[in-house]
Amino acid sequence: METVEKARHVATKADQKAYSEQTLWMLAIRDNRDKRAFGLLFDHFAPRLKGFVIRAGAPAGQAEDIVQDVMLSVWRKAHLYDPERAQVSSWIYQVARNRQIDIIRKEGRPMPEALKAEAEETEPDAGQVLALEQETDVLRDALDRLNPDQRDMIEKAYLGELTHSDIAEATGLPLGTIKSRIRLGLERLRHELKDLR
Amino acid sequence: MSEQISHHIPDAIMAAYVAGNLPRPFALVVASHVSMCDECRANLLAHQAAGGAVLEGMAEEKLSGGMRDRVMGALDDAIDVEPEPASRQGIYPGPVVDALSGKPPKWKKLGGGVRQCILDMGNEGSARLLYIPAGRPVPEHSHGGLELTMVLQGGFSDSTGHFDVGDVEVATDDLEHVPMADEGEDCICLAATDAPLRFSAFVPRILQPFFAI
Repeated sequence: METVEKARHVATKADQKAYSEQTLWMLAIRDNRDKRAFGLLFDHFAPRLKGFVIRAGAPAGQAEDIVQDVMLSVWRKAHLYDPERAQVSSWIYQVARNRQIDIIRKEGRPMPEALKAEAEETEPDAGQVLALEQETDVLRDALDRLNPDQRDMIEKAYLGELTHSDIAEATGLPLGTIKSRIRLGLERLRHELKDLR
Repeated sequence: MSEQISHHIPDAIMAAYVAGNLPRPFALVVASHVSMCDECRANLLAHQAAGGAVLEGMAEEKLSGGMRDRVMGALDDAIDVEPEPASRQGIYPGPVVDALSGKPPKWKKLGGGVRQCILDMGNEGSARLLYIPAGRPVPEHSHGGLELTMVLQGGFSDSTGHFDVGDVEVATDDLEHVPMADEGEDCICLAATDAPLRFSAFVPRILQPFFAI
């Protein structure tokens, strides 16, 4: 059993080299509070976030304040990042939407219970992390291949410009595969939580 | 935990929740359901991934000089730690516990053994807990638009099916339904509606056997 665990650990270390740059930056931020990695993450995401919050309706004068706020939230909430469940861009997207709404409404919105963090105690499953990265790439390609009208609708939906009744049941994005992949990750987590108890 | 849950959050509602554009009362139901249902938690994360793809594909906007230094310089600032979302207490999922500020519900009698506890009321609609004695009908009610009802204890049935703990019924204004609480255990639900709530009109009507919820 011990040998199996060790072998798995070694394999995991090797597989981690295959992680995307973004995942490696975010893990370095989370685990080592690595400011250099944060600088690289900032250079990639901050200009996109500025475009994003302006599209989502922030006045140009406020956009950078929001981006600053979001990036600092990313740094401060890094312990909540889990590469088995969310790719970096997905996680930053949610942080950005939550911050933008909090700033506008001045009140928090209902959030699901946190899954009990066990990150320090178990190595992430590299296979799961890599598979999720791949599924995220597939999703991005699918978005790129949509015609401009469809793409615009999806951007509007995720920028928070459409109500639930405006959003058609089928957005045209194939979410089934990534959902199944995430579901596997959650099952594994539930299993581990049961073992810890 | 989620094996028995058979009525889930529809995709359009989940997408609006993830994008932060779902009225607060409904967001409370979605957050409560996701707390109990891994199927929908996975769906929520899938929609986040779609949002991430949109973010990744955004045109970049040039940052003003000095912004990067400002952010890097603020990394070590002391900040107030935000409270984590509450954990489950008894039958109440964490988001409901938060809405109750961690206290037990203060029930108000509506007649016929039915009780309610309002959790959230505003321009966006209302969210409340409903307590229906076992075997009794949920009082007749109309809702202007969408209504989400999640079972927290017991269960109920109507013409559309049977709803157990964790299940969410999605009703639109064209659904005329008379939900009936299961025999056995009293039923407790979390119900949210976007119908404008006319509270002044609501008070006298609760004295009648039929009232608006």
